[in-house]
Amino acid sequence: MSEKKNKTTILAEPGKQELFITREFDASRELVFRAFTDPEIYVQWLGPRDLTMTLETFEPVSGGRWRYIQKDQHGNEFGFHGVHHDVTSPERIIGTFEFEGLPESGHVILETTKFVTLPGGKTLVTTHSVYQSIEDRDGMIAAGMESGVVDGYERLDEILVKLKQ
Amino acid sequence: MARIPTTHDPFNAVAEPKRRAILEVLGTAERSVNEIVEMLGWPQPMVSKHLAVLKKVGLVRERREGRQRLYQADVAKLKPIYDWVTPFERYWSESYERLDEVLQVIQKKEKRNVRKKE
Repeated sequence: MSEKKNKTTILAEPGKQELFITREFDASRELVFRAFTDPEIYVQWLGPRDLTMTLETFEPVSGGRWRYIQKDQHGNEFGFHGVHHDVTSPERIIGTFEFEGLPESGHVILETTKFVTLPGGKTLVTTHSVYQSIEDRDGMIAAGMESGVVDGYERLDEILVKLKQ
Repeated sequence: MARIPTTHDPFNAVAEPKRRAILEVLGTAERSVNEIVEMLGWPQPMVSKHLAVLKKVGLVRERREGRQRLYQADVAKLKPIYDWVTPFERYWSESYERLDEVLQVIQKKEKRNVRKKE
């Protein structure tokens, strides 16, 4: 807890059907990769704290399937599933991702997560997500992953700082 | 030089980094064009041009005081943009902060195990 937190950066340029999520971690590439592929570790961090995460299926190998459900305090369930296309330790995970709460199924995202060693024992994790359409991408950012709308209001004064990023 | 057409959409208005810089300066206080020019160190016509776009989409309010015009960001108008990006951003920020903690716990455990073996 000595150092300040690393910053998560979301890059979603207007009018494109892709987005990038980048983040540095103060841990080795092997360890970070393990946190993404060991089911016992994975459930401990994926999703905000107010959602309960259940890994229903998790096969972190090329060709393996995955499905998890995230539940909020009101009992709403959000299901997600996909297939691991390529899991190469400790370099990359490529796979599909689909949110089950959409009005129609088939809106699949192709996700590539890369793990790169940085100087000082750090690891850079980059996720590149390609959506089927701009509408799909913007819809995911806008409606998906909704949690804690209330403190969204409370943090309104931070907006200008946010916009800079 | 080809120009991106001026838009009526606040989302496009803030897509330009210079306009975001102006919004930042105007988020905390009312300022005149000269003050903005001084703070950002840009030519006055450049500041005025971007300010005009921000005013047009309603992200910046103008008020006259004597002979001066003062500008301030309308934070309420920025809310849709904030709402748009925030839940998704927070989902990942919070996930990765949790991952930091998990990694720390594992690292401590591994260190302890190494010491035991020695």
